[in-house]
Amino acid sequence: MPSLTDLVLEGRSIPQHRPWPRVAVDTSIWEFAAGELAHGRWSLLGLWGEPSTVHMAILDQQAAAVAVVSLDCPDRRYPSVSQRHPPAMRLERTIRDLFGLSPEGLPDGRPWLDHNRWGVRFPLGARIDALTQTAPYRFLPVEGEDMHQIAVGPVHAGIIEPGHFRFTASGETVVRLEQRLGYTHKGTEGLMTGASLERAVRLAGRVSGDSTVAYAYAFSKAAEAALDLTVPDRASWLRALLAELERLANHFGDIGAICNDASFALINAHCGVLRESILRAAHSAFGHRLMRDIIVPGGVTRNLDKAGKATIRTTLDNIRLRFPELVELYDNTASLQDRTVDTGIVKPQLAKRYAAGGYIGRASGRSFDTRRTLAYAPYDNLRFEVPVLNEGDVNARVWIRVREVEQSIALIDQILERLPDGALGTHAGDRREAREGMAIVEGFRGDVLVWLRLRDGVVERCHLRDPSWFQWPLLEAAIENNIVADFPLCNKSFNCSYSGQDI
Amino acid sequence: MRKLLFESLIRRPLTERAPAAGDAALAELAAALGDAARRRLGRSLSIREVDAGSCNGCELEIHALNNAYYDVERFGIRFVASPRHADVLLVTGPVTRNMRDALERTYHATPNPKWVVAVGDCARDGGCFAGSYAVVGGVREVVPVDLHIPGCPPTPMAMLQGLLALLERADKGATAP
Repeated sequence: MPSLTDLVLEGRSIPQHRPWPRVAVDTSIWEFAAGELAHGRWSLLGLWGEPSTVHMAILDQQAAAVAVVSLDCPDRRYPSVSQRHPPAMRLERTIRDLFGLSPEGLPDGRPWLDHNRWGVRFPLGARIDALTQTAPYRFLPVEGEDMHQIAVGPVHAGIIEPGHFRFTASGETVVRLEQRLGYTHKGTEGLMTGASLERAVRLAGRVSGDSTVAYAYAFSKAAEAALDLTVPDRASWLRALLAELERLANHFGDIGAICNDASFALINAHCGVLRESILRAAHSAFGHRLMRDIIVPGGVTRNLDKAGKATIRTTLDNIRLRFPELVELYDNTASLQDRTVDTGIVKPQLAKRYAAGGYIGRASGRSFDTRRTLAYAPYDNLRFEVPVLNEGDVNARVWIRVREVEQSIALIDQILERLPDGALGTHAGDRREAREGMAIVEGFRGDVLVWLRLRDGVVERCHLRDPSWFQWPLLEAAIENNIVADFPLCNKSFNCSYSGQDI
Repeated sequence: MRKLLFESLIRRPLTERAPAAGDAALAELAAALGDAARRRLGRSLSIREVDAGSCNGCELEIHALNNAYYDVERFGIRFVASPRHADVLLVTGPVTRNMRDALERTYHATPNPKWVVAVGDCARDGGCFAGSYAVVGGVREVVPVDLHIPGCPPTPMAMLQGLLALLERADKGATAP
């Protein structure tokens, strides 16, 4: 069985790519890689396009190895990966929508992000005029007696992002859920092209608002990899502090919201208070509640002073006092557990196949956390556990979050304790030639991947892959045979990003 | 649970109302908003939030309006599930081309009198997404806007202040559609 390293040796190495290898391959190696993904030996980390090239990022988890394989397709065709490996499906539909590259053998020929509203087709590729006639989107057919359909969205009942869900139900039971997304597509990758690093990192921080730290972090690391920049220790540790604060705030929000969707508002009210306490601490320590635009290529823009440190410590002390009571309440409330246990199960096999990151993967037996598996500074120097469960239900996704809250608190303690002194950043050198970088960072939702090529001091191409790409499809599977009324609960336990996947 | 509920009974409320020096503005605002809302709408203002393409940052802060610190419902302001129940549309995001129809339809589904509040820097003119092939621009490109609340995202306080400003203008009948 060849390893990912063997695959890399087969291709033509692209020397300017950092830190993992990128190789240009031919069709046969491309298809071989797709086969290995289908057999479950490797995991798909990302699949993205350029006007006449497709790139595929692959993870060999056992070896903790990552590689990018690239296939030139001057005739705008390439062998579909998803005909063998379905997790690639939406990504290939997107590559066709944005670049006009045709995945040959793609099992689903429908557009994904393109709703025929842009006035242009293939906006990042050949750019041709839009179709004059808007064909209605064909949802997958359902056959059988006594089925009814429920159409939900794009404008939802709650304060959430837009997307369309088409349920087919038999009585109360969901037979099929089909998602249609793309409503928040902003063309961010198009705006990236030609952007200065300064503008690009701001855009990256606005891919998914709840993960603004994670995206700025991943973008900056990718740019630093491309430019061979070394970030000063203090900046590197402050970044981890920001990332853990973001994780805490989101996990509190999620735990509360999940309980709320099971009509248990009390925990939501208390978790809302804890979340607010983190945002206020962030504002007082870093000047912004969501900690936006603080991580930039080369370092961070804000220092942490003594007062900021003290505020964060006090906030954590309060959480240490309050949070266990809420966990105990969750654990001891049978009516709540009745809703979350055995609801919305994602089987471990499916989580592995889709390489689902974050709490969704880890609640279904997939022990993958970028901070551990592909450890980066300063996490390689910090003690923490990666909680994993196998049940894969809503309850397991709650518990993973609870455990991760505890781990994040412990991490912040260590960071505050050992925060090195020193500079906050280093200047990006002036480099004209093409340089490529890639980074994977653990956001609260899972692994955020950023790949970019810089030329003449600006971004030539940047791809930002949200963890939701590999999580949304699992929600379709998780809801099957559950009752319609449990959908909000399942959906909240996933909390996938719309904006992140719509990009 | 009893213990937790009991503790909540005897703990000082978290809700920001004590006119402490730094928080005087909020207390003032809270009272004013309550009066204005009552005058105009008989103690109730129903808001339908519409994400027309935002990054979700604004939604996070709109959510915060419901937490114990801001507790927006004490003013009679509440978020409703349907535009048909709403007085105000709170619209976020640069309006994407893929959301344009949905925003228009939501606007038309909202009964008169109605107001539109555009929330966040993107909602003004598309923000950093302006100029993209996939973005129409600010909210006013698609539906009439009565008020804009800046920020990326605006803080919950800024949003409370904005809603107050809207109510004051509405009281004068200046913007009634």
